[in-house]
Amino acid sequence: MKPRHKRFVFIAVALAGVGLAVGLVLYALRGNVNLYFTPTQVFDNKVPKDRSFRIGGLVEAGSVKREGDGLTTNFVITDMYKEIPVVYKGILPDLFKEGKGVVAEGKMGAGGVMVAEQVLAKHDENYMPPEAADALKKAKAMEAADALTKGGAANAAEKVAMPTNAPVPVAK
Amino acid sequence: MAINWFKYSSPTTFYGLAGKMIPWFAIPAAILFAIGLYMGFFVAPVDAQQGEFYRIMFIHVPTSILSMFFYLIMAGYAALGLIFNTRLSAMMASAIAPTGALFTLISLLTGALWGKPMWGAWWIWDARMTSQLILLFLYFGFIALHASIDEPRRADRAAALLAIVGSVNVPIIYFSVKWWNTLHQGSTIKFSGTSMQITMQHTLLTMTIACWLYAIAVVLARVRSIILERERKTDWISELPEVRS
Repeated sequence: MKPRHKRFVFIAVALAGVGLAVGLVLYALRGNVNLYFTPTQVFDNKVPKDRSFRIGGLVEAGSVKREGDGLTTNFVITDMYKEIPVVYKGILPDLFKEGKGVVAEGKMGAGGVMVAEQVLAKHDENYMPPEAADALKKAKAMEAADALTKGGAANAAEKVAMPTNAPVPVAK
Repeated sequence: MAINWFKYSSPTTFYGLAGKMIPWFAIPAAILFAIGLYMGFFVAPVDAQQGEFYRIMFIHVPTSILSMFFYLIMAGYAALGLIFNTRLSAMMASAIAPTGALFTLISLLTGALWGKPMWGAWWIWDARMTSQLILLFLYFGFIALHASIDEPRRADRAAALLAIVGSVNVPIIYFSVKWWNTLHQGSTIKFSGTSMQITMQHTLLTMTIACWLYAIAVVLARVRSIILERERKTDWISELPEVRS
């Protein structure tokens, strides 16, 4: 073995060792690295007691209610299995909307309601102009109607995927 | 005719080659930046959810991708230098580090500016942002460690080891949004396709190539000055026209 082969093996072994160590550390930390808990985890008693934590999920459609003082908002966070009601007093981010992602930080209050100190909006990784978003919504509605009239998922194979390559008018 | 593959791996020959290559990268970079910024501000449509705010992506995404990519290139050069004991590889690694650190910093700052209006927070300790911050510290650590050792060849070896060990952070940054719950959204550009309107994609691609070409030009210019500094006692440097005058 030439010296440079030795050095190569040494570096390869060192890198593999560090990779393994980091992998084990991350595996040990796996739950703690998550930014938020899901409502299901709250119901499974996986959240810290008497301490502030974050819940993440979607704002349930039709659940947002504003109180008379104009600052307090009540809404429900859902992960499609369980729901957690949240009350928050403060200014909501622009992207806070029903049916969209949200992360709320606070403590569980009386009656299983989270009293939030901070509410953050979580947006998705899809970018499209408003016309495309409308077209997508319409296509989905049509598909749903089709499925109802034809009595089955006949068009399931032709599901409208993200229209990344669809000809989309440029907004001016 | 046998080609000598190692001809340009010596600082003496690479110095001249790098000088000739710089304009070939710098000029296209300037042109593409002009095109990309025009497209980003005026041609790409507004986003359905985020309105005009999403346009910060055209600088945030290229710098983020390249900050990770350049770290791997830097670690690769550092490993080459360590294994083959070539002087130029270590000089290339030192030349890449400041540009990589700059891109990481821009990525973090633009991310904060984007996060405040969209999410409602400048900063949050989620896995994506924390691992990107660690990348910035790795770049700083590489530069600082190299600067703290007086003897250049020893400095090369110590910094190379740090760069190689630190490279495990890059896949963690990339996959963080997949492995854990994060506030940061998932990847828009995936190996399986891109969930983005086509004009936006073209703008993003233009800006990424522009940043890439800019980085190559700057790294070549920097490696030339590193060569001059470290080989200053050699004959070939004292015979250079720009040194003699």
